[in-house]
Amino acid sequence: MKQILKNRLLIFIGLFAIYGIIQILLSTSILNDYYEINIVLMGINIILAVSLNLINGFTGQFSLGHAGFMSIGAYTSAIITYKLGLPFPLAILVGGIAAGIAGILIGIPSLRLKGDYLAITTLGFGEIIRVIFLNTEYVGGASGLSGIPKYTNWTWVFWMAVITIVLIRNFINSSYGRCCVAIREDETAAESMGINTTFYKTLAFTIGAFFAGIGGALYAHNFYIIQPETFNFMKSFDILTMVVLGGLGSITGSILSAIFLTFVYALLQDYAALRMVIYSLLLIVVMLFRPEGLMGTKEFSLKKLFKKGEKSNEFTLN
Amino acid sequence: MKTFIEQLINGLSLGSIYALIALGYTMVYGIMKLINFAHGDIYMVGAFTGFFASTYFHLGFIPSLLLAMLVSLLLGVTIERVAYRPLRNKSKISILITAIGVSLLLENGGIIILSPQVRTYPQIFKQHMYSFFNGIITISNQQIVIFVVSIIMMVGLQIIIYKTKMGKAMRAVSTDADAAKLMGVNVDRTVSFTFAIGSALAAVAGVLVGIYYNSIDPLMGIMPGLKAFIAAVLGGIGIIPGAMVGGLLMGVIEALVSGYGSSLYRDGVSFAILIIILLIKPTGLFGKNVREKV
Amino acid sequence: MSLLSIKDLSIDFGGIKALIDVNIELEKGSLTGLIGPNGAGKSTVFNIITGIYKPTSGKVIFDGKSISQKPYNNTKLGIARTFQNIRLFKNLTVLDNVKIAQHIHVQYGLFSSFLQYKKYLDGEKSQNIEAMNLLKIFNLDKHAYNLAKNLPYGEQRRLEIARALATKPKLLLLDEPAAGMNPQETKELTDTIRFIRDKFDITILLIEHDMSLVMDLCEDIYVMNYGKIIAHGTPDEIKRNPEVIAAYLGEEDIDEKEILSIEGGA
Repeated sequence: MKQILKNRLLIFIGLFAIYGIIQILLSTSILNDYYEINIVLMGINIILAVSLNLINGFTGQFSLGHAGFMSIGAYTSAIITYKLGLPFPLAILVGGIAAGIAGILIGIPSLRLKGDYLAITTLGFGEIIRVIFLNTEYVGGASGLSGIPKYTNWTWVFWMAVITIVLIRNFINSSYGRCCVAIREDETAAESMGINTTFYKTLAFTIGAFFAGIGGALYAHNFYIIQPETFNFMKSFDILTMVVLGGLGSITGSILSAIFLTFVYALLQDYAALRMVIYSLLLIVVMLFRPEGLMGTKEFSLKKLFKKGEKSNEFTLN
Repeated sequence: MKTFIEQLINGLSLGSIYALIALGYTMVYGIMKLINFAHGDIYMVGAFTGFFASTYFHLGFIPSLLLAMLVSLLLGVTIERVAYRPLRNKSKISILITAIGVSLLLENGGIIILSPQVRTYPQIFKQHMYSFFNGIITISNQQIVIFVVSIIMMVGLQIIIYKTKMGKAMRAVSTDADAAKLMGVNVDRTVSFTFAIGSALAAVAGVLVGIYYNSIDPLMGIMPGLKAFIAAVLGGIGIIPGAMVGGLLMGVIEALVSGYGSSLYRDGVSFAILIIILLIKPTGLFGKNVREKV
Repeated sequence: MSLLSIKDLSIDFGGIKALIDVNIELEKGSLTGLIGPNGAGKSTVFNIITGIYKPTSGKVIFDGKSISQKPYNNTKLGIARTFQNIRLFKNLTVLDNVKIAQHIHVQYGLFSSFLQYKKYLDGEKSQNIEAMNLLKIFNLDKHAYNLAKNLPYGEQRRLEIARALATKPKLLLLDEPAAGMNPQETKELTDTIRFIRDKFDITILLIEHDMSLVMDLCEDIYVMNYGKIIAHGTPDEIKRNPEVIAAYLGEEDIDEKEILSIEGGA
């Protein structure tokens, strides 16, 4: 018990140090605006990738509709700050909740389907969400909402990413999260162990959608404008690439690949097609030669680096 | 009434094109249980080949069409050989991810090589309208070409599937790949052949779309690809007549939605059809239910 | 009193009658065998008891209640099973396989798992201890942190039983637990099954092809053929039943050893 508290304190100090260093570099303008934009984007991508990994990687329910949930968070939060003039933290929360509710509504019917049928259905739902925004004059239709205040900054993104990672990690390490992993491994066996698979699939889907909504809220308040086109299924494929590259079922893998791919994105900002060619080759090459992704289902941990040889595993308390 | 018939004819033209693409989806799904996401992009490559053949090499309609079929066929077979075959025994999801990768590669590779600009298809058939029944039914010669070519292709496909040895092998593999293998069917060759036929049909659709709508671009395969897939699901995936009927239905529904509703809702309606079908009868209009063995 | 009673159970698969008027009664605490040639419908009985298949007609009463059509609800009622073709969570550790099965008895809520409250820590700790104790019984504790797929075949079968027991069942259904085991392993398994029946005070129904195991272990045996129960009785009665012998001899690919063990007894 004491050891656990000590570890938690150490982790917190470490996080605060990372936060502080970057904050100082940003406020002294050693890292200029260009870096700030990309660092913020990195954080948003981490949130999106980790939350999609909960659905696709840990629960094994292949969703291609993450951009749809992201857009619900983005639009809802923008309405709250820009249209209604309410505070940003509320907008983030409501954005997440709105996306989570959409997750429940979409998850319950679609999660009865499996594999590629589920993939195409979630893609379809994502597109329907986009078409709805496209046809809603209140949020600007095809031209989108512009003039959204810029509230998203390093502080918000960093701590929201930390919260996302910690909560999803804790969930996976709980009995509830283990149910989700069991469903990925063998749905029939999981059901025979007393697991209500529909409920847990929907739960994972909803939690994933909730954090995608938060990612969307942060996104909307970083770029001044949001348009339905930003959230088409190509965006879902982007997030999918991060998850697949990092490893379906590895949180640290998703974090590392979100950071790496945001770098690639920043470098190739003016060459969108080339960037997508690289993404697509990554998808193909990873699947052909290392289908488990960079990390597989393993997690990168400092503790393991320091104490080699000690048995540790992802799902039990250490 | 006049607009209704007009939309119906437009819908059937578009639907024939969806049906041609849907056939490729349905055959590949039948045989490999894979949604070949790249199929829509093979159709795009077919359209571009036809474009180059007729614009730069001044080939006529039939030579252009044949060339487009050949190029798409080779591309389809290569994709299967390089990207899908090594994964055939892996999880369905890893092939699906690879297929998404191939699709993105063709689209964005297309943008880099062909430039993102929209090209104007040459007027192979100068547009000419025919009127019947005092103008209640009007149909263009391009639409007639679409109908005629589609019918020829579909009849040809039926002959291949039901009258040839290769067709028999295809049916055998799609029923039970392992059993077919034990009976001496060369599964690899059958899968390649399926990709070849599916891709060639997609190329036909690509050239016909070029003639009908006059414009093509490297991303043109995305939406028709998805819609043709929906058509295949609507008819019952893996079932060839299902793909034809599903394609025609999708085309007609879309034309009616555009004609009477808003074209902005058109894509939404297609996906709504997909979702409704998958949730109510995932096996499609012509499908039978199968039970999972525990 | 009887814990499980199956009454006039029938099921059709697209016109094929896989089960015809099957009646089975299991006394509380009994150890019953369900035998029969391949394709006789034994696993189908399991799949109906656990709620995976819905019977065309007939009833399954467990502990006074009708079973549910949802497999997970039947697990909660107290029915656990293993599978003919092992279905472990292959890429997870042996320990996690057991802990997943403990889920219906989880002692902390969703909220405290997000924040890892004390309740969560205590719950996980007691779950770990319980799981390790269970693994010890099956001599699997040394493999607790190995992946299930890396265990040898016989140990995978044992892990499946351990996992089923982790749900704390009243009725345990074992589908060919000795398949693929050598005689030594089978002997150990026989002892283990007897031990868990006594220690956990549960009722066991098992499907098995290994006649020496069935005759040795079970007090009561049902024999199936072509979807029907053709005989019911003690091992001695079954061994002498002419219909049973015919059913087995009638099957051409029967293994000689099996016939001998029916005739010669245990």
